[in-house]
Amino acid sequence: MLDTTPGTAPGAALPDHPDFLWRNPDPKKVYDVVIVGGGGHGIATAYYLASRYGITNVAVLEKGWLAGGNMARNTTIIRSNYLWDESSGIYEHSLKMWEGLEEDLGYPLLFSQRGVLNLAHSLQDVRDSKRRVNANVLNGVDAEWVDADGVKELCPIVNISPDVRYPVLGATYQPRAGIAKHDYVAWGYARAASALGVDLIQNCEVTGLDVRGGRVVGVQTNRGTIAAGKVALAAAGHSSVVAGFAGIRLPLQSHPLQALVSELLEPVHPTVVMSNAVHVYVSQAHKGELVMGAGVDSYNGFGQRGAFHIIERQMSAAIELFPVFARAHLLRTWGGIVDVTPDASPIVSLTDVSGLYLNCGWGTGGFKATPGVGDTFAATIANDAPHPLVAAFTLDRFRTGALVDEHGAAAVAH
Amino acid sequence: MQLIECPNCGKREEIEFHYGGQAHIAYPEDPAATTDHEWSDYLFFRDNPKGPFAERWYHGGGCRRWFNAVRDTTSYRFLAVYQPGERMPALPGTRVTR
Repeated sequence: MLDTTPGTAPGAALPDHPDFLWRNPDPKKVYDVVIVGGGGHGIATAYYLASRYGITNVAVLEKGWLAGGNMARNTTIIRSNYLWDESSGIYEHSLKMWEGLEEDLGYPLLFSQRGVLNLAHSLQDVRDSKRRVNANVLNGVDAEWVDADGVKELCPIVNISPDVRYPVLGATYQPRAGIAKHDYVAWGYARAASALGVDLIQNCEVTGLDVRGGRVVGVQTNRGTIAAGKVALAAAGHSSVVAGFAGIRLPLQSHPLQALVSELLEPVHPTVVMSNAVHVYVSQAHKGELVMGAGVDSYNGFGQRGAFHIIERQMSAAIELFPVFARAHLLRTWGGIVDVTPDASPIVSLTDVSGLYLNCGWGTGGFKATPGVGDTFAATIANDAPHPLVAAFTLDRFRTGALVDEHGAAAVAH
Repeated sequence: MQLIECPNCGKREEIEFHYGGQAHIAYPEDPAATTDHEWSDYLFFRDNPKGPFAERWYHGGGCRRWFNAVRDTTSYRFLAVYQPGERMPALPGTRVTR
């Protein structure tokens, strides 16, 4: 009950603000490991450094607020149905970790394995999709091919009529795929990492990397110099900028990627539907919004916003696929900055600078990898050697030519 | 919608244009003579600055010609447009990655 006694300050009787989930410390002078970037990957890496690899003197430096970049802006899709063995390895490792993550973190994540359909709209799509299904099955990833009627059965609101511009000919289906609540994932990791002694430091922008004798010894920030035994970069769209402080050139281009949500609706969409050909992917959040992602804006951009015609095309594709959406109202749109590699696979790598590690290039699909890369990047940092599951994703592959081309399975046009 | 000033056609809507990435990247004179490092530089490595960037654009919905532009990747504002083959115009007080 509100206390309405005269003379009492408004709100005085309201309940206390809930406890913060993590400490908000000032930076110390020295850490064993400094992680640059307080998004999902950075926080998860810190958590696994502390919980699995015994390194607790760790700071995560975030220039803005915790998990306010792509971790707050993605469309929360989780799946592991990638084509190549290397990709299956890391994404399936991640999906298996998702399946036990709520228990591990002791925190609800609204992880929902509602399945994902990746639609095929042309004969070539059908061939590529079936090939990917077969590759997935050989790698122990659950996947099957469903025809158009099968799509309709799994997601009744999809328009499978043959007389549309891009008819639905079928889809790959991964039943164990799904969504999770992105903010809860970040908060769950942050809470657990903080409890293990990790310092999560917000409003702390890295402005330089100190390298001496070929070895990284610390970082410059707007809150002073911080010495570090090892420095790990997890700066997503800003990776090129941060790596540039150590003279490292990356094969990345940063692009705007937009998404949007509708107003809250009754449950109409039981699964996740993605279409590479028409540039839209859709699920319905627990609260009821339809969550839709677009393709990237073509130009390089660091503005966390994109062009309106991208949204317009995405909407026209969505309405052709889901005619029922025509009556939904748009609630809001936003953009993030995604760091795209030439082969649409990530870079998780040692560098020529001793003690400096890279995790970047996840492009449009980093959210699903959060647990998997947190674990394997932490192992890579702790052992100063690539974890076997990320050994293929070196920076060096762009010199040797050993690319891992996942443009087909990346599912977002870029 | 953002208007882009094509050096041939004047201001047109962004939707008429295609992006061509970093400008002033020459195809190697003798590709077979390049080292793996030089060839991979040409294939895969482009600058990715936060700020002014010299880029190629194609006006597919108009003159159907390529041109160059300096654009700020933070504000998306076009600072200059110029013809391919021309030198980048001087932009006093601006450090451009090209």
